[in-house]
Amino acid sequence: MVNYDKLIFEISREGRIGYSLPKPFATEYTLNDVNPRHMRDETPKLPEVSELDVLRHYSNISQKNFGVETGFYPLGSCTMKYNPKINDEIAGNEAFRNIHPLQPASTVQGWMKIYDELQKALGELTGLSAFSLNPYAGAHGELAGLMIMKAYHEKRGDYKRTKVIVPDSAHGTNPASTAVCGMQVIEIKSNKHGRVDLESLKASLTDEVAGMMLTNPNTLGIFESDICEITKLVHSVGGLMYYDGANLNAILGKARPMDMGFDIMHINLHKTFSTPHGGGGPGSGPVGVIDKLVEFLPNPRIKQLDGHFYLEESLEAIGRVSMFFGNSLVWLRAYAYILTLGKENLAKIGDFATLNANYIKELLKTEYFLPITGPCMHECVFDGLIDVSTGVRTLDVAKRLLDYGMHAPTIYFPLLFHQSIMIEPTETESKQTLDHFVEVMLEIAREAKENPERLKQAPLTTPVGRIDEVFAAKKMILTYKDYLEYLTQ
Amino acid sequence: MFKYFPHTQTDLDQMLETLKIKSIDELFVDVPKNVRFQREYDLPEAMSEVELRQYFKDIAKENRELVCFAGMGVYDHYVPSVIGSLISRQEFQTAYTPYQPEVAQGTLQYIFEFQSMIQTLTGMDTANASMYDGATASAEACFMAEAITRRNKILVSETVNPNVLATIRTYAHYKNLAVEIVPMKDGITDIESLGHQVTSDVAALVVQKPNFFGIIEGFEIAAGILHGNGSLLIENADISTLGVLKTPREDGADIAIGDCQSLGMPLAFGGPTVGYMATIKPYVRKLPGRICGLSKDVNDKRAFVLTLQAREQHIRREKANSNICSNQSLMALYVTIYLALMGPNGLKEVNELSYQGAHYLHDRLIATGKFKVRFERPFLKEFVLETLIPVELIQEVLLKEGYFGALPLVEFNEEYENLVSFAVTEKRTKAEIDKLVSILEGLSW
Repeated sequence: MVNYDKLIFEISREGRIGYSLPKPFATEYTLNDVNPRHMRDETPKLPEVSELDVLRHYSNISQKNFGVETGFYPLGSCTMKYNPKINDEIAGNEAFRNIHPLQPASTVQGWMKIYDELQKALGELTGLSAFSLNPYAGAHGELAGLMIMKAYHEKRGDYKRTKVIVPDSAHGTNPASTAVCGMQVIEIKSNKHGRVDLESLKASLTDEVAGMMLTNPNTLGIFESDICEITKLVHSVGGLMYYDGANLNAILGKARPMDMGFDIMHINLHKTFSTPHGGGGPGSGPVGVIDKLVEFLPNPRIKQLDGHFYLEESLEAIGRVSMFFGNSLVWLRAYAYILTLGKENLAKIGDFATLNANYIKELLKTEYFLPITGPCMHECVFDGLIDVSTGVRTLDVAKRLLDYGMHAPTIYFPLLFHQSIMIEPTETESKQTLDHFVEVMLEIAREAKENPERLKQAPLTTPVGRIDEVFAAKKMILTYKDYLEYLTQ
Repeated sequence: MFKYFPHTQTDLDQMLETLKIKSIDELFVDVPKNVRFQREYDLPEAMSEVELRQYFKDIAKENRELVCFAGMGVYDHYVPSVIGSLISRQEFQTAYTPYQPEVAQGTLQYIFEFQSMIQTLTGMDTANASMYDGATASAEACFMAEAITRRNKILVSETVNPNVLATIRTYAHYKNLAVEIVPMKDGITDIESLGHQVTSDVAALVVQKPNFFGIIEGFEIAAGILHGNGSLLIENADISTLGVLKTPREDGADIAIGDCQSLGMPLAFGGPTVGYMATIKPYVRKLPGRICGLSKDVNDKRAFVLTLQAREQHIRREKANSNICSNQSLMALYVTIYLALMGPNGLKEVNELSYQGAHYLHDRLIATGKFKVRFERPFLKEFVLETLIPVELIQEVLLKEGYFGALPLVEFNEEYENLVSFAVTEKRTKAEIDKLVSILEGLSW
């Protein structure tokens, strides 16, 4: 349907239904017998639509979305690689889906085996001793990891360690997770090469430091070449090293966090291990640790004895961080991906991801300002157009890309630069796709000089144009109820 | 070549030439030699699709699908076929968080619809774009109450699911919040005890509806006590039951949270599901996570966008309301599609059928003489009975017959000895229920 623009509530007609349910067989019982003081006064204002209405409605609004299969999606730090179809098929197996999480261990050995094999595979890929798959997302894994860090110090009776070192280039979740975990952030500056400044680091090291969080390669797409020195320094004052696995894709086959001296990390299965982002979830954020921290992994845990898996709840654990075991259908996809690639192809991911990013970097640096030179890893960061006289900003470039049928890179992050453009192509993109992207980016740079006004109005071909964010924040129309009230004003 | 890597040798040669290097390895010059990974991964070799299918098929055989009479947070409700068809569309499934709203109106619009549906079911003013699950939503609600009241003690009713309680305890411990249990009396929150426990440092009380024992509790008195003390009521409610039960708003709740698994999601070993969180207008800016707002584009066309982002970690960093980054977006789409299909009537019918099946089972179990009522309280689809049969024997025999139910509560708390829990949804047939009763009736020991 051309220009379909309805809310599901707006196509509702009283009395229409979109379901079929079994016939009742115990009509001697009725909800009318429940004391009315327990029942709601008003019928909820849910839509009344037919099955076909629902299909058309959501099919039509889906067309306003851009997915990985729509086109190139170079969103930095998000690793928008291809999400293989076979993974979805595996996750669709009824023998995995129709299993209640509280079923006895003897009836869920298949699920427990998946959990165990996947966490071991993640251990091999990172060098860490054990992973818990319970955390639901990257930020959730971070929180669980920081809890482990805190629990470790508390168990040693060292209660003064409440400070966590976080570089200024870190993802926002790092300082936020630190605060949620009841600890304080010490932010340290990056040096002019975009790396951790060793002098700032040294100056922040005290016996109150619980540990340090680091993304490597960092959010500038640059490998922290002083990594061994960094982890040694933090360990020397009794701190633990936390690895933010958001950028793990870059180093598969090349290096492992444990070998660099990291003690705790999370992995975003929805980035490195190809599970779909779902428009913002469900992801999965397994948390892994070195030997001496295994006892702190969250409950419940899945253990094995004589070929039989069983559940364990430990008092040493940080506790429970999720209702059950985590986002299990996501593990199936990630594990299917790992087995599909096998050891030989997993080892090449870092190579191809890094090659692709450097290729883009090399070809765009004539028109886009490259604040940090030298090879990058899986992503490259520019600080806007070199020619600033046109007044065209990074936002305009990003919006114009949408007109060319490509998703925009991550913009205005990292915060170190004012006009950041962060491009992560991933290893699943071909040279031809990259060439086309480069062509378009250079064309946009030309347009910026010749017709800057058009760029400031972009996008012109998307389902909607630029959106008034101030209006949204001011009016706070957050539900259909709010909207109806707004219309009557 | 490998199917997910499109690089031909010609491509590689040209790219290396452009970069003026001889091998990709030169790009890794910043990775110190001593941390370079030099060996092969100790993992299996690549599997073909044929092998992969067989591999997972074999593992799946080690799971047993059982006729489900269990609940405790995950319910075996009917999942309409339309959901699977729509959510597998790549436009929904492979998209990222809607940071570029001009090409993410599909995601943003269904989030707006989701928020609207949660709003009308809970009766609250506003909902966020979803949380990981009901347990973490409960913990986040406690943090929200702390931020609103600037107090640091959380009360939790003993009638709250122990896994939810355990999650709250973990989060609270690390954020230096105190957690205190309000005891249960005859299956519901002991109001007299609550009266003594509500001190000036109490931020909120967390309650659950229907509660851990399946009982429909009323919270008006509790709400009165809490509000009189400047404390908040946090209600964790099974969203499906809110199609008929009194809303958290009518109960006097300030924050409504819970899991949406019961709205169109499979059991799936407990995840992914999706949590919801709703509140009243004054506290909207204290909500964690994504919120979608209605707006307009440059041409005055209606459009949707993430809003009030100044609460969030990517802007506020350590001062953010929460560290939550993603929501559970695709699962929120499950909910939205499910509720669109069911509508108010379907949701009511689901509750009516579940109510009927649960009461039918309840009365027949009592009639066997092997089960007794412990709590004389109203329930909907889940209930607890005291049994004279050893709980291990029940489990063993039911499993043998391919049934799963009569969950022993003693696994959660030793005081709940001899108590077992059953849940019945609209999916359970009369034949299945009669069979369950006859298995249990026939037991002797």
